[in-house]
Amino acid sequence: MKPHRKERLGIIVFITIGLSLAIGLTLFALSQNIDLFYTPTQVAQGEVSPGQRIRIGGMVRDGSFQSANDSLRVQFATTDYVNDVMIHYEGILPDLFREGQGIVVEGSVDNLGVFQASRVLAKHDENYMSQEVKAALDAAGVSAENRPLSPQP
Amino acid sequence: MIPELGQFSLILAFCLSIVLGTLPIIGAHQNNLLWMSLSRPLTAGVFVFLGISILILAYAFATDDFSVQFVAQHSNSTLPFRYKLTAVWGGHEGSFLLWTFMLAGWMLAVAIFSKSVPTDFLARVLGVLGILCGLYILFMLATSNPFDRIVPLPPADGSDLNSALQDFGFIVHPPTLYMGYVGFSVVFAFAVAALLSGKLDAAWARWSRPWANVAWAILTIGIALGSWWAYYELGWGGWWAWDPVENPPLITWLFGTALIHSLAMTEKRGMFKNWSVLLAILAFSGSLLGTFITRSGLLTSVHAFATDPSRGFFILGILGFTVGGALLLFAMRASLMKSEFGFDLVSREIFLLVNNVILVVAAASIFLGTLFPMVYQAISGDLISIGPPYFNAIFVPLMIILVLFLGIGPMSRWKRTSVTYLIQQLSKVAIAGILIGVLLPLIILLRFSLAATLAVAFGAWIVLSIVKDISNKIANKETKWQGLRSLSVSYCGMQVAHFGVAVMFVGIGLTSYFSSEKSVLLQPGQSVELETYSFTFNGSAPVTGPNYIGDEAQITVRKNGEDIQVLHPQRRVYLASGTPSTEMAIDAGFLRDLFVTLGEEKEAGAWSMTIYVKPFVRWVWLGAIFMAFGGMLAAGDKRYRRLGQRRTTPLKEPAAGKPQLAS
Repeated sequence: MKPHRKERLGIIVFITIGLSLAIGLTLFALSQNIDLFYTPTQVAQGEVSPGQRIRIGGMVRDGSFQSANDSLRVQFATTDYVNDVMIHYEGILPDLFREGQGIVVEGSVDNLGVFQASRVLAKHDENYMSQEVKAALDAAGVSAENRPLSPQP
Repeated sequence: MIPELGQFSLILAFCLSIVLGTLPIIGAHQNNLLWMSLSRPLTAGVFVFLGISILILAYAFATDDFSVQFVAQHSNSTLPFRYKLTAVWGGHEGSFLLWTFMLAGWMLAVAIFSKSVPTDFLARVLGVLGILCGLYILFMLATSNPFDRIVPLPPADGSDLNSALQDFGFIVHPPTLYMGYVGFSVVFAFAVAALLSGKLDAAWARWSRPWANVAWAILTIGIALGSWWAYYELGWGGWWAWDPVENPPLITWLFGTALIHSLAMTEKRGMFKNWSVLLAILAFSGSLLGTFITRSGLLTSVHAFATDPSRGFFILGILGFTVGGALLLFAMRASLMKSEFGFDLVSREIFLLVNNVILVVAAASIFLGTLFPMVYQAISGDLISIGPPYFNAIFVPLMIILVLFLGIGPMSRWKRTSVTYLIQQLSKVAIAGILIGVLLPLIILLRFSLAATLAVAFGAWIVLSIVKDISNKIANKETKWQGLRSLSVSYCGMQVAHFGVAVMFVGIGLTSYFSSEKSVLLQPGQSVELETYSFTFNGSAPVTGPNYIGDEAQITVRKNGEDIQVLHPQRRVYLASGTPSTEMAIDAGFLRDLFVTLGEEKEAGAWSMTIYVKPFVRWVWLGAIFMAFGGMLAAGDKRYRRLGQRRTTPLKEPAAGKPQLAS
């Protein structure tokens, strides 16, 4: 093999190894960090195993919000108007968190079957319904536009 | 009547863009001088009519013309005047008008500052930009007209600008980001023009470089402003969230960074021409991708505009047409782009190649993580999200490798550098860097921390290698001052930008590992300790603003028993829309930020609040300022003017774009 060809081969090998390393690591990191999205109905039916990090999208059920007076602990129900899931959270809620508002919570179900949220997301624009919430309502057969004002049992 | 004039002006700009997108390009192809020479006046026309259009929209906001739907949705009679004017980019339609106007501004700058570029080449560049501009205006007219009226019954008052946008950050961040974003269209147009003409040479790289540098510098500032704004406005204490809408600017920026390095190689050594062209196309697609993600509503994000799907398809169409067309052209002309390929395994070329590979891999993996949820949903139907851990796991190691090579690259020589020379030059730098990295945090923190050591050591590595390189360069001069003056402007620009990387790297490393936060519930008079600071809540009082009411808390910060600052965080409710919003209080400092955000009021005047201590967070943005300044400096090098004079017609104006003229 001619010297310059050897060099070129070296560069090609270098790039190939680098690229495959990068792609491999990327796919590995990706597979480790997928947060699956669930609807309240799916969680209520026990489709989620404890400890698995997930996202739940739904509406905050009217009248379900309770907060402790001596700490930052809060709890509320998120609902797709078919099933509710109780959410426990400790911290400060986002500005736009309100009852009847679409939200997304991130966290996991603990061993006692209680959902402990690590993050609560509410959207900036109150007219904007996030895709997750919309999907949850659609899955429950409640359209986002004409959702019932008082939740059905 | 006046808003209709705005729309009429928009239509005129569209017609002129179409003419600009056809005649000069055909003229350049057929060597028709008259048609080619139309490009400059047509560009001026497009700029003027888009300018009239955006001014009329601003006028509608200023005069509270709520019969215009866009004004009614994004303004209110009680909105402060500065936000009324800037509400022009407070929603999808108006911000797209601003985007298009920015493009027209860049086009005008190209028309003015490219006197050294041959007429046929300039005609092609402006023609390509004209096509792009025409597509954008068509998109506005077809799917998102900012001048649409509410007939027959306009509302008495508007529904107000989103409260989170009523802030200084909103005045400066979108225009800067758009200007940087759109600037890459110019580089794209230069690349396509070169492909059209079939002349891809060092001259092309020399013409593109200043534009690429300026666009890159403005984009750097735009991203940094967005990060700074999110930091003090969104109230979660972070400066980067890997949000799907933050990522496209970063992708564009990474491609852009690769591009300015690759163009250096193309200009100086005539190499990697096709690679540079490809990067120019990729950087441009990054900017369109950002538009697509923000405006299609396909990904969930804090930035997303309320959307309708037809817009997404339209932008996807523009993306497919322009990028697809450019890539097709690229494939057809690939045979013309024979690059010389002569350098050793250890040479500056190799180090620049490493830089490019790392930056492109980083951009590609962010792209993958950003779009993966969308692809996953299309295939499996399940909704997923990709969190920050993925991005950190990929991005951080890549940047560490990049920084490692950043210390070596500028020291190496074109074609061939001996390894012994590099070791001889850099071994002391490496040892000193490690020493500083170990000792400095040890002295300040009084304990060993691997994170701090790594951050400081890598920062010192870059800075010391810069110092070493400069001292090598001026060693042969009589005095140091003479030596420093003999350094070329573009070299200084490079080193300033690299210094910025060091500052940012140290800032990111230290703030990521040493930030602390605490969410607490405080009664009036109670205190809480965080790090070495004590925060005392003195109580809260109601406040009234022009268009909001709220509560303001008073918090005294003490260190070692001494008062150092009184912070006044607020919690507001905007009256027109009824939206609540928190205004955090920040005590900014060179070495640390302290800040407090209010939660809600509980019993007996107690408030929940989150308190943050963030060391070195300012360095993140300080680094970006150095980088941007370096980019501007490099673009202002005399070389771009001098070589232009030698090769082609004499010129009066500098070839480098002045960014403020593009606004």
